[in-house]
Amino acid sequence: MVVGLEVHVHLLTKTKLFCPCSTEFGATPNANTCPVCLALPGALPVLNEAAVRLAARAAYALGCTVHEDSVFARKNYFYPDLPKGYQISQFDRPLATDGRLALEDGADEARSVRIHRVHMEEDAGKSVHDRYAGSTAIDLNRSGTPLIEIVSEPDLRSAADAGAFLRRLKQILEYTEVSDANMEEGSLRVDANISTRGPGASTLGTKTEIKNMNSFSGVERALEVEFARQCALLERGERVVQQTMLWDAGSGTVRPARSKEESHDYRYFPEPDLPPLRLTREWLASVRTDLPELPAARRQRFVESFSLPAYDADVLTATRDLADYFEAVVASGAEAKVAANWVMGEVLARLKDAGIGIRELAARPAQLGVLLAMVRDGAVSHSAAKAIFAQMAKTGEDPAVIADREGLRQVGDDSQLSAWIDGVLAAHPDEAGRFLAGEKKLQGVLVGMVMKASGGKADPKKVNQLLAGRVAT
Amino acid sequence: MSLSARETADGVRSGQRTTRSVVEEVFRRADEVGAGKDGLNIVLHEDREASLREADLRDGKSGASYLVNPNARPLKGVPVYVKDNIATTTLRTTCGSRILADYVSPYDATVVARLRKAGALIVGKTNMDEFAMGSSTENSAYGPTKNPIDPTRVPGGSSGGSAAAVASGMVRIALGSETGGSVRQPASFCGIVGVKPTYGRVSRYGLVAFASSLDQVGVFGRTVDDAALGLQAIAGPDPRDATSSPIEPQAYHAAQHDSLEGLVIGRPREYFPDSLDPRIRDICDQAIERLKSLGAEVCDVSLPHTSLAIPVYYIVAPAEASSNLARFDGVRYGLRLSGDGLEGMYEATRSNGFGPEVTRRILLGTYVLSAGYYDAYYRKAMAIRGLIRRDFEQVFAAGVHVLLTPTAPTTAFKLGAISDPYEMYMSDIFTATANLAGIPGMSVPAGAVEGLPVGVQFLASHFDEYRMFVAAYALERAIAGGAV
Amino acid sequence: MAVSEFDVRHVAQLARLAIDPARLPSLVQELNGILGHMEALGAVETSPETGDGRLETTAAGLRSDEGPPIPLAAARETFAPQMADGFFLVPRLATHEDLGSRSP
Ligand SMILES: [Zn+2]
Repeated sequence: MVVGLEVHVHLLTKTKLFCPCSTEFGATPNANTCPVCLALPGALPVLNEAAVRLAARAAYALGCTVHEDSVFARKNYFYPDLPKGYQISQFDRPLATDGRLALEDGADEARSVRIHRVHMEEDAGKSVHDRYAGSTAIDLNRSGTPLIEIVSEPDLRSAADAGAFLRRLKQILEYTEVSDANMEEGSLRVDANISTRGPGASTLGTKTEIKNMNSFSGVERALEVEFARQCALLERGERVVQQTMLWDAGSGTVRPARSKEESHDYRYFPEPDLPPLRLTREWLASVRTDLPELPAARRQRFVESFSLPAYDADVLTATRDLADYFEAVVASGAEAKVAANWVMGEVLARLKDAGIGIRELAARPAQLGVLLAMVRDGAVSHSAAKAIFAQMAKTGEDPAVIADREGLRQVGDDSQLSAWIDGVLAAHPDEAGRFLAGEKKLQGVLVGMVMKASGGKADPKKVNQLLAGRVAT
Repeated sequence: MSLSARETADGVRSGQRTTRSVVEEVFRRADEVGAGKDGLNIVLHEDREASLREADLRDGKSGASYLVNPNARPLKGVPVYVKDNIATTTLRTTCGSRILADYVSPYDATVVARLRKAGALIVGKTNMDEFAMGSSTENSAYGPTKNPIDPTRVPGGSSGGSAAAVASGMVRIALGSETGGSVRQPASFCGIVGVKPTYGRVSRYGLVAFASSLDQVGVFGRTVDDAALGLQAIAGPDPRDATSSPIEPQAYHAAQHDSLEGLVIGRPREYFPDSLDPRIRDICDQAIERLKSLGAEVCDVSLPHTSLAIPVYYIVAPAEASSNLARFDGVRYGLRLSGDGLEGMYEATRSNGFGPEVTRRILLGTYVLSAGYYDAYYRKAMAIRGLIRRDFEQVFAAGVHVLLTPTAPTTAFKLGAISDPYEMYMSDIFTATANLAGIPGMSVPAGAVEGLPVGVQFLASHFDEYRMFVAAYALERAIAGGAV
Repeated sequence: MAVSEFDVRHVAQLARLAIDPARLPSLVQELNGILGHMEALGAVETSPETGDGRLETTAAGLRSDEGPPIPLAAARETFAPQMADGFFLVPRLATHEDLGSRSP
């Protein structure tokens, strides 16, 4: 299987690529349109600087060379949701070229995928075919939304690698705040080119393009299905026809897209309404400097600076927000592995149960840090801490407040503990005698009795110390 | 209009005249000359009642702005006709085409907004070759405009309606647009002043695109000063046009006070071929003599790639047009005709909506961009366009300030006289170079042949409209004074 | 490089223009007449150093990422041929894909 991916990504700008219309979803049809994105006669495009910045940031994050000069071009074709009759894109002078995305950390180059190019373009509108009898309905709210297209070289050799590529790409785009890269919501779209290289064949087979996947696992399944189809054809001695295939997630099959009557001739030429995009070295340097720490670097740092296992580092860096949260807990004084266990355990469980993101979690990192310090200092027990966190996560109250109100603080006061111990020893003279006579294995039983007598509030560590002290004397 | 634009504005500001009386005079004159469809066919759309109401509204407001800032309304009360490919919310914008027959723009072009802000009133939209494709205004879907000087002849084009409106005395200022000479050539044919500014000097936002890299809004004036005032009102950077330049315009009217001492005028020999009508050559040479006598220095120069301008132009302009006119698809605005499904709707709408010249140029432009032909035609033409621009840059870098040439190779020709498309294209032979190079140019009336006006053209370096105006003011004064 | 009737039909299809078959021969002749004059360009030496012919611009041409949107002085319904519920309506595409409802 030889696979290359073309990934379209919506950029997180407030306004469209060439006009100040909002990019927000969910507006009534065509409400977010203006003379420019409706392609009214006489309207002109003006490039959004923030879109260029995000595109360059993504390109740098993918290790690309970002060019000081790039050129917008018109891609001409008729379609009712393409208002100008051309899409403004970049053709022979893209914004960035020659990047690389590793499929594994620290792996050799064989486990990385070359990025052919990253270019900017505008999205088209939406066509709704099934709502009005005999008519297609056009909504141009999305028309002119900024996109980057990321084109990989055909370096992928399995469906699983394609999935890994996409998950890593999504993580990078989220880290750099370029895009929310949500395939289900359409802010990331994938077309896959796949060909089959027969055993021993040195040349590439004929490729097909698969479209219409709406999840990463859908991409993986579609590639497997199309690969099987191509293999079956070749085994029968038939040929693979170069065509576009559509993935049907419902039936788990691919089928050829209906061929267009005309061959495409997009008549690209430089967009005369936009001067060539000229980026200064200073501007590019500032974009590069502002690049946040990327996922791979952060994973590595978590392993090295916090002595975390690779698995923990992987989980904790899944999103930039989660990693930030974890680091803030550590910064507030918590021991790294303890903090990691809590974030991976209690925190993630809470997010999952509540269906929220880390930003919406009421318990802030510093508060979790205080709670972990209370556990460390014996102020609360581990199990009490879990109960406290459950409340913090909902209310955002400080852990001390909850511990006091709920009576969850451990008692570490010697006189109180001694009183409880005295009571237990008096109530159980037989065990007390044998213990004081040197039968050390009874200590655990006695601690349990003291804990019970204290209603769970006694600090077991201290009870142990005090009991041991009685034998020594 | 007997008073100049400046006098009109002064009169309205000082209260000597009302805006209503000015506008009434426009319509009276329009009726006198027969500006309507049955006459010279100059005006495509107007709403006289609305214009008079607007005039009254203006008159109702006190002249306080004048007292506060005399520069606030430089065109206060000045009526202006606007070519019908410039978007206006108050009147239709049809581009002389069937495909936009009933279209009213929901926004004003930047130049229109600036005219209104300067105090001008848009009193009508003028006839033009469909989508500005033509050199005679015969390609309008609404019938040809006739030359006010001789109604059996064309006014030139494509901005023939605006040129005729000024030439017939209806107004002193009108807006046109240029892609290859569509302001300068009709100015020459109609005996008025026509200015094509530097590419980027005036916003194109709201100018319906023909060829985006060549298009520029231009100004007609009865006199050089009318044109200077008009250009001043619309020039300057516009954040809605990425190709508009941040370079601020100069005060063009100040050029009338400058002497010609030290001004170097070049006479490019390629613009005076042996085949040039000797009477037109004489008029140009007389103009040169007048300017020389006023202190200008004149030298012969060469622009070797001049003869390639028309072939280059007729590749680049149709190529861009074929793309620019794709938006007229019957989906969102304009004409829609039914056919078999969506494709049938596209074809019915576009085939019936566009006239023959527009169809021809869309086909030509699509062809030169299509796979296999792009390099031989479009890429090659653009490379030679660079050579044409370099010709000019070298001449200006050598110390020449302004070039003087004939504006057009002929005077106004008879309606229907030219049927071969390429022969018509040759009308632009002396003007298209400026659009290809992006430099400013203007035509100034300089004489007549058999009673038909002849203009001379001044060309200047990028954003140096000022020097062009220095020469134009001087020539106009010299001709009026009869000095040679 | 002479244009054929096939070329003109192909180009007309790309441009969504229906050409009357009776008009086709004369159109071919006109286009060849015009393109004949373009032959002169082929003889001119050009090289990458002579540039791509684009005008140098001094414009930065970038806008900041903010509104407000450009207002419309009239509702979309006033200029649209056919609308419903805010959508522009067009005749349904004969070849539309049930799944791939996106343009190419
Ligand atoms: Zn918009």
